[in-house]
Amino acid sequence: MTEEVFDWMAAANKKAKGKRPEYFDDPEDERMLSILMAVVGEVSVLRERMDTVERLLDANGTISRNDIENYAPDKQAAYERGAMIREYIYRVMRGPHQMVQELEQVEPPVEEVSRELKDI
Amino acid sequence: MSTKTSTDQKLDVAPPYNAVARHGVSPQPSHDEVARFDFLANFNKFLSGALGPGNKLTYDKRVQPAFEKEHGRAPKDRFEIRHAMNNDPFHTFWSALKRNSMEMRQQNGRAMVLRQIDELSAKARQYNEGRDTLELNPEIEVPRYQNAVDIHCMPGSYHGEELAGDVSAGANYDCGIFATTAGGLGALSDGGGAALVEWIKQQRPGWEPCRVLDIGTTVGHNIVPLALAFPNCEFIAIDTAAPILRYAHARAQSLGATNIKFIQANAEDLSRWEDGTFDWVQTTMFLHETSGKALPKIIAEGYRVLADDGLMFHLEQPEYSDEMPLYEQFIRDWDAFNNNEPFWSSMHALDMKTVMNEAGFAANELFESGVRAVVDTDIFPEAATGDDEDHGRAAYWHAYGAWKNSDQMQEAAE
Ligand SMILES: C[S@@+](CC[C@H](N)C(=O)[O-])C[C@H]1O[C@@H](n2cnc3c(N)ncnc32)[C@H](O)[C@@H]1O
Repeated sequence: MTEEVFDWMAAANKKAKGKRPEYFDDPEDERMLSILMAVVGEVSVLRERMDTVERLLDANGTISRNDIENYAPDKQAAYERGAMIREYIYRVMRGPHQMVQELEQVEPPVEEVSRELKDI
Repeated sequence: MSTKTSTDQKLDVAPPYNAVARHGVSPQPSHDEVARFDFLANFNKFLSGALGPGNKLTYDKRVQPAFEKEHGRAPKDRFEIRHAMNNDPFHTFWSALKRNSMEMRQQNGRAMVLRQIDELSAKARQYNEGRDTLELNPEIEVPRYQNAVDIHCMPGSYHGEELAGDVSAGANYDCGIFATTAGGLGALSDGGGAALVEWIKQQRPGWEPCRVLDIGTTVGHNIVPLALAFPNCEFIAIDTAAPILRYAHARAQSLGATNIKFIQANAEDLSRWEDGTFDWVQTTMFLHETSGKALPKIIAEGYRVLADDGLMFHLEQPEYSDEMPLYEQFIRDWDAFNNNEPFWSSMHALDMKTVMNEAGFAANELFESGVRAVVDTDIFPEAATGDDEDHGRAAYWHAYGAWKNSDQMQEAAE
């Protein structure tokens, strides 16, 4: 029963082995950009989703604003939405999440590995 | 250009991820997972097309003049350029964006694949169980050059498993290549293989190889088109990574390429095959992920198992010859240090002709050629080269090839 023990949301955030290059003077900036970029991506996803809804509405005219306004999730849906938000948080927090993993494991610069591979 | 008008312009956009063809083990994307890859494909186009030229501008206008002022000479190699460029605010920001795009591609691909990891394993099992066309050999070790870092920032690399026996590495590799190449490899990401089919039919019309060896096949993207084009030929596709082979085999079977045998083996030691076993030995986008000592060993082993009049063929990005400007060498080197490709820089500086000479080929047997991905251009783009090129992953490659002892064979026949 892998669903219970395998946390795929956490696993998707796994850091690639190999020290990450530093692009900015302040390491916080690296993390801030990664969060920002994830949000940028997600906004794009929302827009695409909205466009899908609009196109479906154009074609079928079956979703009403009222339905959306009056929606109340049942237990199952509430759980699913919680999981959805959790997934969203994991996705947006990838950078800081990986920072934890970096703290756990200090790695040599890729440049050093590159030199090594050249000669083995 | 002033000749353009606002009405007849066709904007350069990436094809939608929905256009990607599905096979028997494709991960099934949700609406938003499709949308994530759609974002990344277009973002990568923006990074190479709209922002990429800024790198050359900042080099010409700021970085090179400052370097010359400080040192009294021009940079002497691509490494000096890189160190200077890494202090330039434009280049570092561009690199940071591009690195993030690569990381997002991995996270997005893994999130899609890992949430359906059990379904994918079940699908793969249907195609793999009891078939003698998949041979896994657990005693094959992962070479140091494959696990020193996770190549192209792919967490877990080709050999990683999240759950024992899974195919997630293959599924993640397969789905996300669309995003990083903005669809440039076509519906099955096999534009390279499709180009090989066209190339060989032009070069040797009517030729039917009997036995082909594909080294470092990964998910078999570029061997399946050849196997389908030569249904009577026996194909052997080897790789050191079991998870990727499980996926590759299931994918090939579901696409009808049942004449490929996938074997877990290390190309440095092909001793299970006798001299002259194959009449075609190839690698596609593989050699840059090996090492200084492994590469010549692999070419030499390939030469040994190749039959007379057989074809050796390697597809790679172009090498850094003396004629290639140092700036171009530097920008082509981006993946080496920013996308975990630790042998990339050394490999592209190798003279492949010399390597192939040393493996046994005579100089006059060697040839080079350019190969552009063959894709359905109604939907998928032709690879951009030149100013807009996404260096390192343009679907336009350099081929290093040779026909073994072809002259002697010719003479013997006459
Ligand atoms: C960049 S991929 C090759 C891409 C593939 N040929 C294609 O065209 O889609 C490199 C592959 O080579 C495999 N590999 C690395 N070293 C190897 C070796 N010594 N023998 C066999 N396979 C190897 C890796 O596991 C990985 O799957």
